[in-house]
Amino acid sequence: MTQMEYAKPRSFKELDGIFESAKGPLRFIAGGTNVVPDLRAGTISPRLLVDLSGLKEMAYIREVKGEIAIGALSTISDILASRVICDKAPLLFQAARHLGSPLTRNRATIGGNLADASPAADTAPSLLAMGAMVHTRRRRGKERTIPLDRFFLGPNKTILAKDEIITRITFAKPKDPSRGRYLKLGLRNAMTISVASLAVSLEPEGSSFGGARIGLGAVAPTPVRAYLVEKKLASGAMDPKNIEACAQLITKEISPISDIRASADYRKRVVAVLFQRAIQAAVNGGTP
Amino acid sequence: MTTYPVRFLLNGTPVEVDVAAQDTLLETLRNKLWATEVKNGCGKGDCGCCAVLLDGRAVNSCLTLAVQANGKEVVTVKGLGNEDDPHPLQESFIRKGAIQCGFCTAGMIVSAKSLLDENPRPSPDEIREAVSGNLCRCTGYKKIIEAISDAAPKCSPSD
Ligand SMILES: Cc1cc2nc3c(=O)[nH]c(=O)nc-3n(C[C@H](O)[C@H](O)[C@H](O)COP(=O)(O)OP(=O)(O)OC[C@H]3O[C@@H](n4cnc5c(N)ncnc54)[C@H](O)[C@@H]3O)c2cc1C
Ligand code: FES
Ligand code: FES
Repeated sequence: MTQMEYAKPRSFKELDGIFESAKGPLRFIAGGTNVVPDLRAGTISPRLLVDLSGLKEMAYIREVKGEIAIGALSTISDILASRVICDKAPLLFQAARHLGSPLTRNRATIGGNLADASPAADTAPSLLAMGAMVHTRRRRGKERTIPLDRFFLGPNKTILAKDEIITRITFAKPKDPSRGRYLKLGLRNAMTISVASLAVSLEPEGSSFGGARIGLGAVAPTPVRAYLVEKKLASGAMDPKNIEACAQLITKEISPISDIRASADYRKRVVAVLFQRAIQAAVNGGTP
Repeated sequence: MTTYPVRFLLNGTPVEVDVAAQDTLLETLRNKLWATEVKNGCGKGDCGCCAVLLDGRAVNSCLTLAVQANGKEVVTVKGLGNEDDPHPLQESFIRKGAIQCGFCTAGMIVSAKSLLDENPRPSPDEIREAVSGNLCRCTGYKKIIEAISDAAPKCSPSD
């Protein structure tokens, strides 16, 4: 094994210092639930491991003026324990409940889940459906805000630069939290990676779906929004005919692959079913 | 090779050990600190045999770097109780026959302890969820769920 070093900055200033003096490729680590297996398997071999878990200012969940902000170091268990998330963003709560097992959730962070950029990342579809923003910081305090639907570039690829960390994720508090639903199909019920997953968030207006947002997981090279379906939903009536037509359309909007978990054809069928169930649940106000 | 001194509380006793950046808490506990009650099953987060309490929360020690335990408190199944003074969970696992080969037991009990600290009266479904990251190839889980259920009223967070 090659020589690897380790650093744990306690502040952004210390982090900047590490960037200045680093020789060779570095890799961030937060909970380590992706990084540690990758190190063991030899699929990554950084010169320097930069442990972000000492940046305590990145571990919080709060609501300020109608906006929910989640520090990148918040663990999936923190999300499940948060009153704000449970009451005001149940769509994310539902996704967190589906991620791994409690043992993993106690370490896994939301920042790591997004930065890892797995097409099956469980928090992504819900965050996409709530129009989330990713806030980042580069060396010397350069910050930017990236809409989540522009954040993922491919499997395990993001728009982040080498010296750029996620500091927090924000989204507007959903108008009616009960109008959201996350559904995931895996090969078994507990602790499973998605065959396909889908999050729906509705803001019904009278007899129409109004602003509908749909996030999808494991059916494209990255987690994606289903923009065509969203448009069609909004332009039609809130009735079974429109839902059925949209379920047809959604299979055309995705580009799933066949892998060890499922075939592409199966994924298309499953997504259409998940879509109909999730929409129905969201129309009824959260109960499937 | 660059090594890093790591200090933490292991079952209440301060320990200090030099580790490489990539050493996991699991291998450090087993190979350097002889805490072999922590089991190595899969080494990648799938089986839960390696579970320990890290600052009170059950985690996979195979997914945690030893350097990340610096300054923290690590509790293994041995830290909960021993033959002379067993923890109610340990007693209950024995009484209920929730142990066959025993390989999963150390991790199961750690996950159960973490659950009861947060939720002193869990339902069977909540127990199943809490041990969903712990695989058992022998018992079929039924007796494990019963053992945890039975132990719950006898446990207090300070146990
Ligand atoms: C047994 C097991 C089951 C799992 N099940 C699921 C599942 O069901 N669903 C799911 O979505 N995932 C699952 N995962 C994957 C993993 O647990 C999650 O993706 C987790 O959220 C990663 O967070 P982490 O803090 O552990 O990331 P780490 O492993 O620490 O980091 C992951 C990646 O993100 C980068 N990174 C971390 N934090 C930041 C930051 N703030 N800024 C920039 N880059 C950063 C790291 O450099 C690395 O590339 C599972 C993993 C295991 C081992
Ligand atoms: S050895 Fe850690 S989960 Fe299997
Ligand atoms: S008792 Fe043998 S694996 Fe659980």
